[in-house]
Amino acid sequence: MAEIFWTYVLPALIIALQSVVLMVALLVAIAFLLYGDRKVWAAVQIRRGPNVVGPWGIMQSFADLLKFVLKEPLIPSSANKGVFLLAPLVTTVLALSAWAVVPMGEWIDGTTLVIADINVGILYLFAISSLGVYGVIMGGWASNSKYAFLGALRSAAQMVSYEVSIGFVIITVLLCVGSLNLTDIVMAQKTGLASWIGVPWLTFLNWFWLPLLPMFVIFFISALAETNRPPFDLPEAESELVAGFMVEYSSTPYLLFMLGEYVAIVLMCAMTTILFLGGWLSPFDFAPFTWVPGLVWFVIKTCFVFFMFAMVKAFVPRYRYDQLMRLGWKVFLPLSLFMVAAVGLVLQLTGWAA
Amino acid sequence: MQDLLMDYLPIVIFIGVALVIGLALLIAPFLVAYQQPDPEKLSAYECGFAAFDDARMKFDVRFYLVAILFIIFDLEVAFLFPWAVAFKEVGWFGFWSMMIFLGVLTIGFIYEWRKGALEWD
Repeated sequence: MAEIFWTYVLPALIIALQSVVLMVALLVAIAFLLYGDRKVWAAVQIRRGPNVVGPWGIMQSFADLLKFVLKEPLIPSSANKGVFLLAPLVTTVLALSAWAVVPMGEWIDGTTLVIADINVGILYLFAISSLGVYGVIMGGWASNSKYAFLGALRSAAQMVSYEVSIGFVIITVLLCVGSLNLTDIVMAQKTGLASWIGVPWLTFLNWFWLPLLPMFVIFFISALAETNRPPFDLPEAESELVAGFMVEYSSTPYLLFMLGEYVAIVLMCAMTTILFLGGWLSPFDFAPFTWVPGLVWFVIKTCFVFFMFAMVKAFVPRYRYDQLMRLGWKVFLPLSLFMVAAVGLVLQLTGWAA
Repeated sequence: MQDLLMDYLPIVIFIGVALVIGLALLIAPFLVAYQQPDPEKLSAYECGFAAFDDARMKFDVRFYLVAILFIIFDLEVAFLFPWAVAFKEVGWFGFWSMMIFLGVLTIGFIYEWRKGALEWD
């Protein structure tokens, strides 16, 4: 009995504790990123943004949470009730569960700071982000409302279209790394272009964003489309579909959709960081930059990518649907397909293949 | 504990914790919030009109076409994953085999493009 406790129950309890800590840290971080997103948006439009709740309005997201919990939850009488309530749950749980494999730094003994360091990490992330479309299509269908239905169809078509180019971008990174493990992907960016051209202290030149620059750009734009973020927020296009697939939702079911969306956005930022911006590696290989812990670099880089997401939202007008599909299928797909072949050819010719 | 279990158990537990948080948020307003439903409030939103007919209507076949094309290309990506990981071991032979496979798919892609499957007008 005691043996079962020490070999199974105790490790499981420790993992559960780690999971809760990561989840709470993630949700609090998202509360502040949401506030930051609104502040950036407001600053671009020369407004003040949220500024009432707490000093400079930083408690705004928590006030929103309270408001959502106390709102009246509505389930339309014509809706398919089970699926209607399941949809937001699916969206949020899937978006959150992807974070189990995201490596965020290193302990002092060299092991990775991650819940599950599985050797098919990137495949798991790819699978989970593909499943995200289920929440949307379930919500849109179960609402039994025309706006929700059209929004869900659009959203599903858009998400699967950009899924393909994201897949090809991941393949090019894997060609350069030779492993599906996310820690290995970060570690592969420790050496590279900078040491090759003779400036090994500029470690940020080692990261994959420079040698794979076209793929970095494609990945960033596809990530915007994949998460239904402006300028690709057609499923929610307020001016035509009111709120797309979320139109019938109120109270926390709506909150869960928004939460799932933001968790997915921050996940895409973290994926950009891991695949192209060197994960938790320091951008310069000299003091004081090397003193900063890896986790801090990871958070800084993820916030920087999120800042770019927020700026795109503020600057770029919304795409038309045919332009969106054209960009996905006729520009990104051929380009990324060509790049897979080109990167493979270069790696084989030079013998750099890992 | 076995290595495989040690690798994947954390994911199961993590999904479990996520499920608990999601369920807690989903159930909370049904317990604490003020509720007074009426038929108007519970009808589907349609700009103030009563809903004309069922919303599960016919839709454009292009969405279906996009889904089919997605399956083809996503399977292709799934096929490329092991190839990319073993890229050094498979060498030139593996490289050219995959290029032929990609070439066949590209011909299909050009065909669907010329047929107008990617047009949205």
